[in-house]
Amino acid sequence: MSLWSRVANVFHGEKLSSEIAEEIESHIAEAVEQGRDPDEARRALGFDYQLRQQRQASHEIRTVGWLEVLRADIIFGWRQLKRNKVTSAVAILSLALAMGACIGAFRLMDALLWRPLPVAHAERLYALSREVFDLQGKPIRSDRWAYPSFSLMRDAVKDQAELIAVSTASRTDLTYGSDQDMEKANVQYVSGSMFQAFGLQPALGRLLAEDDDRTPGSHPYAVLSYDYWRQRFGKDPRVVGRTMRYGKELYEITGVVNGPFTGTEPGTMTDIFLPVMMHPAVTHSDASWARTLLLVKPETALEPLRQKLSAISRAFEQERAKGFTGADKIFFQKIIDATLLIEPAGAGISSLQEEYRKALGILGVLVAMVLFIACANVANLKMAQSATRSREMALRVAIGAGRGRLVQMLLVENAMLAVLAASLGAVFAWRSAPLVVTMIQSSDTPVRLLLYTNWRVLGFGAGLVFCVLLLFGVLPALRASAVKPVSALKGGDDDPHSRRRLMHGMIAAQVAFCFLVIFMSGLFVRTFESLSNKPLGFSPEKLLLLDVVTQQGQPPVVWDQIADRLQNVPGVERVAIAGWPLLSGFAWNNFVSVGGVPPSTIFTYLLAISPGWSETMKIPLLDGRDFRSGDTTPGEAIVNQTFVKTFFDGKNPIGKTFQERDNHYQVVGLVADAPYGNLRDAIVPVAYIPFHEVNAQGVSQPETQETFLVRTSGSNPLALASVLRKAIPQARAGFRVSNLRTQSDLVRAQTVRERLLAMLAAFFSLVALLLAAIGLYGVLSYSLQQREHEFGIRIAVGAGIGDIAWQATSRVFLMVMTGAVIGGALGIASVRYVETLLYGVRGSDPVMLTGPALVLLAIALLSALPVIARASRIDPKIMLRAE
Amino acid sequence: MKKPDSLQGTLDLLVLKILSRRPRTHGYGIMAAVKDCSDDLLRVEEGSLYPALYRMEEAGWIRAEWVKKDTGRRARVYDLTAAGKKQLGVEESRWLSASSAINQVLRTV
Repeated sequence: MSLWSRVANVFHGEKLSSEIAEEIESHIAEAVEQGRDPDEARRALGFDYQLRQQRQASHEIRTVGWLEVLRADIIFGWRQLKRNKVTSAVAILSLALAMGACIGAFRLMDALLWRPLPVAHAERLYALSREVFDLQGKPIRSDRWAYPSFSLMRDAVKDQAELIAVSTASRTDLTYGSDQDMEKANVQYVSGSMFQAFGLQPALGRLLAEDDDRTPGSHPYAVLSYDYWRQRFGKDPRVVGRTMRYGKELYEITGVVNGPFTGTEPGTMTDIFLPVMMHPAVTHSDASWARTLLLVKPETALEPLRQKLSAISRAFEQERAKGFTGADKIFFQKIIDATLLIEPAGAGISSLQEEYRKALGILGVLVAMVLFIACANVANLKMAQSATRSREMALRVAIGAGRGRLVQMLLVENAMLAVLAASLGAVFAWRSAPLVVTMIQSSDTPVRLLLYTNWRVLGFGAGLVFCVLLLFGVLPALRASAVKPVSALKGGDDDPHSRRRLMHGMIAAQVAFCFLVIFMSGLFVRTFESLSNKPLGFSPEKLLLLDVVTQQGQPPVVWDQIADRLQNVPGVERVAIAGWPLLSGFAWNNFVSVGGVPPSTIFTYLLAISPGWSETMKIPLLDGRDFRSGDTTPGEAIVNQTFVKTFFDGKNPIGKTFQERDNHYQVVGLVADAPYGNLRDAIVPVAYIPFHEVNAQGVSQPETQETFLVRTSGSNPLALASVLRKAIPQARAGFRVSNLRTQSDLVRAQTVRERLLAMLAAFFSLVALLLAAIGLYGVLSYSLQQREHEFGIRIAVGAGIGDIAWQATSRVFLMVMTGAVIGGALGIASVRYVETLLYGVRGSDPVMLTGPALVLLAIALLSALPVIARASRIDPKIMLRAE
Repeated sequence: MKKPDSLQGTLDLLVLKILSRRPRTHGYGIMAAVKDCSDDLLRVEEGSLYPALYRMEEAGWIRAEWVKKDTGRRARVYDLTAAGKKQLGVEESRWLSASSAINQVLRTV
């Protein structure tokens, strides 16, 4: 009989019994046929009792004993869970919330940080980066390389590793037809050799190959991702051979990648792959844009490889540095001295990872702490429950149940609890993880993370159930099974003190974790507050931003005409033009020299603007004048306060001059400080220059792309969006809005990560508080229940309410204090790990530490109130008579 | 390794031997055969026969099958498997060595 048939027999117990009975009946009939007396034959088989025994023995042989026991345990456990409906519901819900949060956090972290790319040999994939120390000595990590440097490195280490260059995937305008049909897609430039190295196959046509890495500018081919092909073209096979225009270049679609590969950047799914040879900066030595991936050959040592690459990179930069002088030279020496790093990149590499790695890690720690709290809670609940079940356990021991058997029974019950909680939690995680993904996107950078449920998530879930069971299930089960039947059956608990000690320890642990969670969330909430309440220096409300492009490029005069036309649209208050908006992430910086001395080593940021820009932004003009229509670049400039402080010692700058590269500027105005690139950094020196650019002969230069800033009179700037979208091509044919957002969106995007951390941390600290309150109440009411008789006697001999309340709660309050102190110490110790995520708040701030302590004390009082009320109602007469 | 119980071994040996001579025999038939062959000297307890049969079935030495008898009642008949044939050889040689050992003791003392 196979194991399977024995397993099957467990569930066919009834049928099996009847088969055995039938065989026995057949045996007796045979005996009667042979002339024996039926009663005698039956007796020979044994008496009724024996017969049943025998059937049982026969049955047990034909089934797997333990499996049937397990089945019985599951049925019994289910009944127990159903019997204590409230306790079970509280336990399952709190565990489900905590486990769901854990699974959700794991799904996010796995999708962004850990899940290997769907390529061959992801385990041998590495990324090359370099670490430089900036002029202030702060380390800066860069993973971008100039393509000429990349190709030198690639050729040099051919035998040890395959080097692959990939650009960042960028969301850009392109068209499969006319200019009017422009659409957005994520485009990534990649080495042609990448497809073969990654073992990717075409679903259609051909992929790019090594031959596409030969001549700059002459491989106009595009490969689509499968996902994009399905969504954009409905899997139309005629897509191969179609042309696509991106920028000035026409590309021919040669094929579609088979499988789920969508580029090397978790968070951005590449739609179209183009050969690196078509990148506009592919021949430039001074533009670092290509990420370098290494597919290392098996059994290659990384350190010699790193040194080899480092030598080549260094030689390349040294060659470049020739002819540099002054600040550039000092700065450049830093780049030459950079340390090369080779790091695993099997999960891909993206800036989203860099931005969220730490934040997600901290969220992971927070949810783990919530899970600990929930486990301690359930363990306490179970322990209190086991007190009421000690008679049942004693009875079981008395009639011969072994300890192992009892532990198994209780563990099965607890495991069912954990599995139920995990299933409920999985539903929660399934809903919540995508919610977080939508929270981290801003209007113009859609984040797409594939969050599928695969064996990794399932494995994590199973591991989680196991850990949770270990945390909350094993101790109470061991505790309950260690019952001494004699004392338990006599009516007393065998050792209430040891059980209470254990429960009190759990309370302390719970409070410590709870303190830590609240402390952390306090820090993140304060960070978010200080960033979002930071004075901007301009007014982002009612400000619409239109990124406008024109294919051929038009002189500034034409752009000015369009701005005038927009000015006349009803609802528009003021219009200005800039190279890009503030806080958009775009930046142009360089070293400037003042008064003919060599350039300073402090970066000055530049932004091209039109007359009326500062008025539109509502940045106060402090001195001098705004630009006029005749002002040009080079020529006039407006500077901010920090620029004056940095370069003119705070003296009146009007009329002074400075030099950027070969361009000379005269300062005509001074405006108030406003953040340029992001909210966190200190204000930088900024020089605003006219977007009207002229060459050495004084001829206006054509512009292909500018941003119109439109201040609207209505409170919702987006109400004008569709009108303005139409107004621009009407004002001048060939102009088109490629992107439209509000300045408020950009300001909000600055605090996306802080908002996410603050919201989730606040949510988790609420959950932690709720759980802690439940746990405290549970333990308090359990110890009251245990000591009711004692209190009855105390009241009978004259103890007051205050005494009783003190007696009932003092130990638990001591535990709360202990927990809070431990939590505070943990908080102070761990704050340096989160320092980089904080802004405008210090972890050592006493307010940040006393806040959680007060909250916890309040919660402890609140959960003690009902217990104290109950203690005060103890009637010694009833209580003592009951005994 | 667990030492085989000599009594149990004897019952197994008898059942296996009988099934090797008379394939497709039901429980009662096996019991009757033991009785007949030993001229009423040996008797198999019904109470231990069936558990032994299930145990041997589980061990894979014999296999069972329901057959319809003329009376309309179903009977469960047993057959030796290849493993059972091998086991029979093992049991037989064990019995022979055990009984010769006992004989030797009886003769010497």
